[in-house]
Amino acid sequence: MPSVTYITHDGVPYAVEAVSGTNCMQAAIDNGVPGIDADCGGQCSCATCHVIVDPAWSARVGPPGTAENGMLGLTPERTETSRLACQVTLDDGLDGLVLHLPEFQM
Amino acid sequence: MTMRNMLDCDPQSIPLEHIDVSQAELYEHDRQDAFFTRLRAESPVHRCAESAFGPYWSITRFDDIVAVESDFETFSSEPNILIADQPDDFEVRSFITMDPPEHDSNRAAVQGAVAPQNLKQLEGVIRERVGQILDGLPVGETFDWVDRVSIELTTQMLATLFDFPFEERRRLTRWSDIAIATPELSGSALVTEEQRRAELGECLQTFLGLWQQRAARPEGFDLISMLARGEATRDLPSRPMDLLGTLMLLIVGGNDTTRNSISGGVVALNRNPEEYAKLRANPGLIPNMVSEIIRWQSPVLHMRRRATRDVELGGQTIREGDKVVMWYISGNRDGDAILDPFAFRIDRERARHHVAFGFGIHRCMGNRLGELQLRLTWEEVMKRFEFVELVGEPVRTRSNFIRGIAELPVRLHRRH
Ligand code: HEM
Ligand code: FES
Repeated sequence: MPSVTYITHDGVPYAVEAVSGTNCMQAAIDNGVPGIDADCGGQCSCATCHVIVDPAWSARVGPPGTAENGMLGLTPERTETSRLACQVTLDDGLDGLVLHLPEFQM
Repeated sequence: MTMRNMLDCDPQSIPLEHIDVSQAELYEHDRQDAFFTRLRAESPVHRCAESAFGPYWSITRFDDIVAVESDFETFSSEPNILIADQPDDFEVRSFITMDPPEHDSNRAAVQGAVAPQNLKQLEGVIRERVGQILDGLPVGETFDWVDRVSIELTTQMLATLFDFPFEERRRLTRWSDIAIATPELSGSALVTEEQRRAELGECLQTFLGLWQQRAARPEGFDLISMLARGEATRDLPSRPMDLLGTLMLLIVGGNDTTRNSISGGVVALNRNPEEYAKLRANPGLIPNMVSEIIRWQSPVLHMRRRATRDVELGGQTIREGDKVVMWYISGNRDGDAILDPFAFRIDRERARHHVAFGFGIHRCMGNRLGELQLRLTWEEVMKRFEFVELVGEPVRTRSNFIRGIAELPVRLHRRH
């Protein structure tokens, strides 16, 4: 059971216990974390599940894939460590992961 | 050719291969739903061999639309995203008809103007203008909601985004209305091709004048200043057809769509009085209702792609070069993706899960702006009026691209 902390743009943390194998978008939606819209339902085609990986975790999480990279290009708040939450699958290696939410979803 | 008029055909018994959902009259009479329901069930990836626009494939299921949108290498947006082809000697271009990487740099140049951060600053202005428009409306007498509210509001918005001379703003409406309103391009009959070119020529000249002013003081955050600054776009005046294409994209993209959603909401609430009652009891539902209105109206009926290779989809083989048309109006009625899709429910769960803005890299750039305008409209309407009563049948637009409402007779009842 990896735990993930989502920190909203106003600095409010939401700690979530997730099941290994789920993705970070689903874990947020299932636990009522605000600030992720996920319009496409996890198909890497809306970019409304944008999260900014805490720098301490970005090497472990890794870079976006090609399609994801293209979609991230649509969001003006993109940073060096931006990912689409639906494309980050959780496992025990990511226990303790910290994700920051942007001010807006595109 | 022996093309059948779909209005004369029974959607249940017509042989599948005769179904042609490109006929604009279907949408003018709001008769498309039964044809799409049949296609989704029996032939979700459907080939129409003969139409006014040549042979084309229809993609009708939500998931298939997402799949096509996501694979821009197989399904290219070039040369056009309308089911119709553009005339060879008058071909406008913009980033909606480009593939990566060209698309990405051109979109990036203007995206900032409608990014949520900017919208926060626009919110006050829009709310004030909505209030002024609503305060000027007659109470207790019949008038056309489309002209007085939907068009006026979206046109003011557009003038604001372009920083266009405010008194001349209805010229923007006109250019938006005629952009593709010929029989050849969308099945509409508003203008002839000759007229269209003449008026779009005026549009281009007007904007070239504005461009010159803006390029001289390039700090503004209006769309023209941003284009004049953008690396991929600053030379647009030397490519007039590209400039015209980009202008038309921004004018039409933000106009017809939002306008028809503002009108469509009035129709939806009147047809579903129990939903209107919910709204009166809880105006906090407005943000959710906005997404539901946009799904319900589906103001953009389709976008087209071109297959760049032979590809299997839904058990069919699409050939290289074929036209592939994604029908958003159908995806938004797909019961496999949306619960009870024909019901209008303002408190629907996951209301944002619709395909009206498209998906993938071309996903609507102005989606938050469209939503914002609708939200502010309804917030201000609810402060003032108990009931925007529909007192006659809506007149619908004849087009296979925009699901439009041309006239909407209403009567206002003040809040008590
Ligand atoms: C309810 C309102 C609106 C609806 C339903 C709507 C719908 C759409 C759709 C279906 C697409 C194509 C998506 C695809 O190919 O996957 C699109 C693209 C686009 N829309 Fe909107 N739109 C709306 C409002 C706006 C507004 C207010 C603007 C203002 C600027 C705008 C600008 C654009 C642009 C520039 C594109 C092209 C994006 C690209 O190719 O990358 N739209 N819109
Ligand atoms: S949910 Fe749409 S891209 Fe992640």
